[in-house]
Amino acid sequence: MAKTSSVFKKIVMAVSGILMLLFLIAHMVGNLHIFQGAASFNHYSEWLRTVGEPALPPRTLLTVIEIGLLVSVAAHMWAAISLWRQAKRARPQSYVTKKSVAQSYASRTMRWGGVIIGLFIVYHILDLTFGAANPAGTDSTPYDRTVASFQNPIATTVYVITLILLGMHLRHGIWSATQTLGQSNRRRERTVSVFAVVFSTLLIAGYLVVPAAVVFGLVD
Amino acid sequence: MSLTLRIWRQNGPTAKGKMVTYKVTDISPDMSFLEMLDVLNEQLIVQGDDPVAFDHDCREGICGMCGVMINGEAHGPQQTTTCQLHMRSFKDGDKIDIEPWRASPFPVIKDLAVDRRALDRIIQAGGYISVATGTAPEAHSTPVPKKDSDAAFDAATCIGCGACVAACPNASSMLFTAAKVTHLGLLPQGQPERNDRVVNMVAQQDREGFGGCTNIGECSHACPKGISMETISRLNHDLLGALRAGARPKS
Ligand code: HEM
Ligand code: SF4
Ligand code: FES
Repeated sequence: MAKTSSVFKKIVMAVSGILMLLFLIAHMVGNLHIFQGAASFNHYSEWLRTVGEPALPPRTLLTVIEIGLLVSVAAHMWAAISLWRQAKRARPQSYVTKKSVAQSYASRTMRWGGVIIGLFIVYHILDLTFGAANPAGTDSTPYDRTVASFQNPIATTVYVITLILLGMHLRHGIWSATQTLGQSNRRRERTVSVFAVVFSTLLIAGYLVVPAAVVFGLVD
Repeated sequence: MSLTLRIWRQNGPTAKGKMVTYKVTDISPDMSFLEMLDVLNEQLIVQGDDPVAFDHDCREGICGMCGVMINGEAHGPQQTTTCQLHMRSFKDGDKIDIEPWRASPFPVIKDLAVDRRALDRIIQAGGYISVATGTAPEAHSTPVPKKDSDAAFDAATCIGCGACVAACPNASSMLFTAAKVTHLGLLPQGQPERNDRVVNMVAQQDREGFGGCTNIGECSHACPKGISMETISRLNHDLLGALRAGARPKS
């Protein structure tokens, strides 16, 4: 019964969201290796696969992260979809006239934005991890794949739009998670909102410098 | 002033409803919104038509009966109850859409009147303290820090009108439940049942079919008593504590 409670689902969503968020910080910082050149970037990618060897088997770190992310994404989506359906059932008949006075674009797009982010994650893995959806193909280095993707205007547009959507998802998500975990109050409300905006903007900017560098020829 | 009203008319809980247009004239800006509806109903009765059903009781902003959606906003454009909304908030010639609260736990009884007993059942699930009644105890016998008593009092001003549910894109009753949980949870008298209260009230609001909260904040903006989003954070905090302490909802 406790597990079917709407608030319990929100807790699942907040905790899994924060785990994914921690990953996003590490991932963003890792990507910046591209500015140290192809060798450093490819070496970083190799390092992720061999760190801890020989004490640990190959790919230990990556496997741990992958399982953590898979569980987080599954839990996050389960809670999101189940609460989405609950909300639909709660108002089968919509208003003829409804004015919204408090919601932001970010809070209104959590659900469909989340779906787009989910689809993007699949594309992103096929593109840069496996190379199956990449112009440089599967038989290439991570650096080649990154440059090839961002030399393609369609792929670059998809990345930029989804990253901005992700930034908005995180902006409302950080505020919402603070509420869900019971850490907000009237005094902190403003600080939390400002932090959410600043943090999401910096994080997404950190991601966007990579495609920008390729598009403007700083990295090729 | 003269107004064009579009009002949701629905004959009963299962009947199909629709918006019907009416004109009212000679409305004084000093009338309350409900008095304006009274004028319309007198006009309808004289014409032999069925008057518009709407709820009301105190007409002084304290009972919480009178809520309707006015131009898409719960209780209309001011942060007050419909009975305390005055026609000076509108202009001559305005078109006003009036609809009932829409949420499946609030079935329409007729026209603008909805059944809000789901909120009473949430209260029954835990919004009380179990103490022997009798004469009021000496107020100084249980000291309460000023900060807590102020916050508890703010939360206690919730009148159970349901505007929060009506305004919420998820039709969630979280602000209402959070106000009740906060009001009792901040006071010494509320401590013995604190864990069971939050778990059972949340379980009951799910059982009634309300949506889940996504912290959008429409509720707090629509609330005639200005109940803040802080109460929702407090409810979540209490719920986490209660689940950790092993409290589980009664079925
Ligand atoms: C797989 C696709 C995704 C879907 C369908 C999705 C959907 C949602 C939904 C519906 C909410 C609740 C919105 C609200 O409270 O208003 C939410 C919250 C959140 N999401 Fe996502 N999301 C996705 C991916 C992500 C990712 C990749 C992150 C990475 C950090 C993330 C972080 C968060 C956070 C921190 C919250 C706040 C938790 C809370 O509601 O208390 N989400 N997500
Ligand atoms: S919280 Fe505000 S809007 Fe909701 S029922 Fe109480 S008084 Fe009405
Ligand atoms: S009639 Fe009582 S609050 Fe409006």
